[in-house]
Amino acid sequence: MNQKETIKKVLRYIRKYRIRVILSLALAALTVALTLYVPILTGDAVDLIVDKGLVDMPGIFAIMKKIGIVMVLTAFAQWVMNICNNHITYHVVKDIREDAFHKLEKLPLKYLDAHPAGDIVSRLIADVDTFADGLLMGFTQLFTGVLTIFGTLLFMLVTNVPIALVVVCITPVSFLVARFIATRTYSMFKLQSENRGEQTALIEEMIGNQKIVKTFSREEAVKAQFAKINGKLEDSSLKAIFFSSITNPATRFVNSLVYAGVGIFGAFVAIRGGISVGRLSCFLSYANQYTKPFNEISGVVTELQNAIVCAGRIFALIEEEPQTPDAKDARVLKDARGSVELKEVYFQYTPEKKLIQDFNLSVKPGQRVAIVGPTGCGKTTVINLLMRFYDVDSGKILVEGTDIRDITRGSLRTSYGMVLQDTWLRGGTIRDNIRMGKPVATDEEVVQAAKAAHAHSFIKRLPQGYDTVITEEGGGLSQGQKQLLCIARVMLTLPPMLILDEATSSIDTRTEIRIQKAFAQMMEGRTSFIVAHRLSTIREADVILVMKDGNIIEQGSHESLLARKGFYAELYYSQFAV
Amino acid sequence: MRKLFVFLKDYKKETILAPLFKLLEAFFELLVPLVMAGIIDRGIADKDMGYIGLMGLCLLALGAVGLVSSITAQFFAAKAAVGFSAKVRQALFDHIQSLDFTNIDKAGTSTMITRMTSDINQVQSGVNLVLRLFLRSPIIVFGAMVMAFTIDVKSALVFVVAIPLMAVVVFGIMIVTIPLYRRVQSALDKVLGITRENLTGVRVIRAFHQEGKEEERFQEENRVLANLQKFVGKISACMNPVTYVIVNGAIIALIYIGAIQVNIGSLTQGEVVAIINYMSQILVELVKLANLIITVTKALACADRVAGVLEIQNAEAAPLPPGAGDVKADASSKEAGGGGREASPFLEFDHVSLTYQGAGDKTLEDVTFQVQKGQTIGIIGGTGSGKSSLVNLIPGFYPVTEGAIRIEGQDIRTIPAEELRGRIGVVPQKAVLFKGTIRDNLQWGKPDATEEEMWSALDIAQAREVVEGKQGGLDAEVAQNGRNFSGGQRQRLTIARALVRRPDILILDDAASALDYATDARLRQALQSVENEATTFIVSQRASSILHADLIIVLDDGAVAGLGTHEQLLQDSTVYQEIYYSQYPEKAKEA
Repeated sequence: MNQKETIKKVLRYIRKYRIRVILSLALAALTVALTLYVPILTGDAVDLIVDKGLVDMPGIFAIMKKIGIVMVLTAFAQWVMNICNNHITYHVVKDIREDAFHKLEKLPLKYLDAHPAGDIVSRLIADVDTFADGLLMGFTQLFTGVLTIFGTLLFMLVTNVPIALVVVCITPVSFLVARFIATRTYSMFKLQSENRGEQTALIEEMIGNQKIVKTFSREEAVKAQFAKINGKLEDSSLKAIFFSSITNPATRFVNSLVYAGVGIFGAFVAIRGGISVGRLSCFLSYANQYTKPFNEISGVVTELQNAIVCAGRIFALIEEEPQTPDAKDARVLKDARGSVELKEVYFQYTPEKKLIQDFNLSVKPGQRVAIVGPTGCGKTTVINLLMRFYDVDSGKILVEGTDIRDITRGSLRTSYGMVLQDTWLRGGTIRDNIRMGKPVATDEEVVQAAKAAHAHSFIKRLPQGYDTVITEEGGGLSQGQKQLLCIARVMLTLPPMLILDEATSSIDTRTEIRIQKAFAQMMEGRTSFIVAHRLSTIREADVILVMKDGNIIEQGSHESLLARKGFYAELYYSQFAV
Repeated sequence: MRKLFVFLKDYKKETILAPLFKLLEAFFELLVPLVMAGIIDRGIADKDMGYIGLMGLCLLALGAVGLVSSITAQFFAAKAAVGFSAKVRQALFDHIQSLDFTNIDKAGTSTMITRMTSDINQVQSGVNLVLRLFLRSPIIVFGAMVMAFTIDVKSALVFVVAIPLMAVVVFGIMIVTIPLYRRVQSALDKVLGITRENLTGVRVIRAFHQEGKEEERFQEENRVLANLQKFVGKISACMNPVTYVIVNGAIIALIYIGAIQVNIGSLTQGEVVAIINYMSQILVELVKLANLIITVTKALACADRVAGVLEIQNAEAAPLPPGAGDVKADASSKEAGGGGREASPFLEFDHVSLTYQGAGDKTLEDVTFQVQKGQTIGIIGGTGSGKSSLVNLIPGFYPVTEGAIRIEGQDIRTIPAEELRGRIGVVPQKAVLFKGTIRDNLQWGKPDATEEEMWSALDIAQAREVVEGKQGGLDAEVAQNGRNFSGGQRQRLTIARALVRRPDILILDDAASALDYATDARLRQALQSVENEATTFIVSQRASSILHADLIIVLDDGAVAGLGTHEQLLQDSTVYQEIYYSQYPEKAKEA
């Protein structure tokens, strides 16, 4: 994404606040005009203070009153303008963050599984922050800077055209210098941003898994790894910051050229009598005022440069290809009875590695389907396809006779209750976590679900019971306790279909059996898919699918599979081996 | 706050030189009007073209010298600021690495991440600005006042009133806004938290079709953030207008005083102009200052948050009960002399209890057992019965609340953490791999592991096929968190990682849960082979995993409910019977 496109996109966000932008511009114009007027007034006042006994006191009082009014007006205009700018900046930033988050909820899992969370978080937080700083600075200083330049230029042209032309001829040099530096620093800022993203990813990884770091006493190694990236970031930051900060002194040097030019040229003109000394000194002060905003602007330009790089990164996220939206005429799946069919399904994550091939399965309502097989055989992938986290490459999956691509994702997914091995809980109370799938649930319902999931007894023992706040990712709870909470969460929603992917792997078998009974009761007449290693978990299933290398190699009930003396029987007896 | 200044120490030279060169530049700038006055008074008055040319060159020279000193100042400022923040970032990272498990449990991951990234970046810009510009402003303000006194004392008194007034405004706004900026940052933390949650929990959120709700939640927090930012912005927005009013009010006063003084003949017109010019100069500086102050205020608030993390202290180790450590070692050696070697336990839990900080109830209560070298110990029990807590005590992740744990007679609290953990291989419940190659990950277990050692560990962990199945073998890429491996593959690799160092003690904390039975059985077989001499703790839900252990510890609600071999426990532990028969219903029928 190049700079121009990014700027265009930023402008599109600002357009929503155009009334405020116009107001801000108008107030900036007013402020500049008034600030330029005050020196004239003070000059007038000074002219009335000539010498001993030659002071026009009434005249001075009148001017003092004028300055007072102008001053109050300026201050007020400035204040309103600042508030406008604040409003525009923070709302634009809010809009951008909202859009980015909206996109996050729409991105296919393929993207999210492949991108480090830390990098995405850094775009949404740090990059947007930097962008906000740049934008605010742009608003507060760019307008007034530009207007001051035009205002003074006008005053100068009125006073003396030839000298004004000298000023006009030299100032483009200032722009050229600023441009030159800005284009050079763009890539440096980009490098800095990249290094920063890399560092954030490392921070995310190491701080997120700190216990493992400590377990292996890897603190020193990790610190060294961090130091390496930190050093890289230090280098690129120093370059970016230093080179961009050259702009300011460089343009100031150009200003000195302007000042000297006006001085020398003006002096020659004055010798020939083309301008009076008083006029010349007035001119010099204006020349000074004229060039000052150039410094500010060049400073702002470098900030903006940085801001645009950051905006580019966030826009890249916002414009990422979303998952194919639900078809307009997509069916809303209601009261699913649980007939599921997979027809000639092919799927692979990466083109070079085949996974699911010619997968066929027909599930009748109320059936309990268990999927077993060695690790990496594609069990979890089947779940990913059933939930439509990934779309099949070819073939189709039908629920209630409808291709799931013709069903809205929301209604498809809520028809399933899903518990995964990788338990996930959010920062918040236990109650909120259980209520996640059904926010309207009453406290009694929550307790009931927790009891059914056999989580009630341990929740009760927590310091604040159901109101105990757990940190993100459920820190402090054991893996088994987290699984119980995830099960309670699903128990509460009472879904028509159930997917359990190693959902009870960390729960002791006694409790597991009780939970299974609860599930069996709850899922009476409903379809469920169970992935498990523990064969005791799945023995009761109606259909057991034995998978290997992406294919179903055996299929049948526990007894019939044992009788076949095939792969399943081998798996089953292996647990009694050793 | 003061804590952070320490990190500027290494940049003393830069921190002093940056503002110094900035002042030098200002000084050269102040000379310009004098040169110009020369051009007007002598050049134009005497029509001396040569003099004008000379002075013109002089102006250019001043500009060039100003340019050089200014660039030098920028360089030193940038170097100090960037170096400073890099040092702080490293120190913060190091400090977080040094936190103990109790503190890790308490600290939230996302706030640590904002502090390490966005907060430190703000501090960096703050330091850079202060060095470049912030120090210049007060000096020019006071310089202007001093100049005013040399011209006229009465007029200068206006400065004496105006400057403190401006100071009150500038610092007042800073004091009011610093806590507000801190609130802005914590609102940002929340926004970050939701973003992270939605990335880590994407499957669950989508499964419950909560995308819409999550967006609402995000929008709510985002709105809170924007409103807070606007509120702080409103206060900061007062800075410029108020100082403008003060300065122009002062100018009005100066005109009035000047007019009276000139009228009675104690002041000239030119001197009035000069004094007013000094006041205007102050205004220019204040405008610049106001633009900076927001950045500086923000930086201060962020610096506070960073310092807050640095202030987290690990709890001091509880004093050892008298007789712990060496004394016990003596005792056991005496025992060894009397009763033979076997009597000296390799590892011993002596009436151990554990209460987590902030928890109401004991998690482990009065756990006592002894283990001989090379034994396999199975730990089984219900969810939340304290199995993981028990094994977490062995590497000293949490300090015991009561009792003691001894390895070869030595209290583990007297063994340095690194030495203790170096002897132990832990496979945690959560199978996490790190970005890099498989080799890098295995080297976590032993940094100088040879290829042979790695393959032998992989063999025991049943992970050879995982590595051979990946392109590049040991050098195959591992994505962040090992996302490109399945749960079972990750688990086997984490087991191999723990085995590479050939630990004295191996702890498998429910580490085979994602493995199928056949692989699990092969793994156990391999662990019991001569290849592995470690004293092995296996925490599991599966009776089959611990069936053949030399010692099985049955935990129930934090207390030991059975201790012995499978056969013994089947005889006399009801809890064990229940667990076992729930998994082997056929045997129950037989029994």
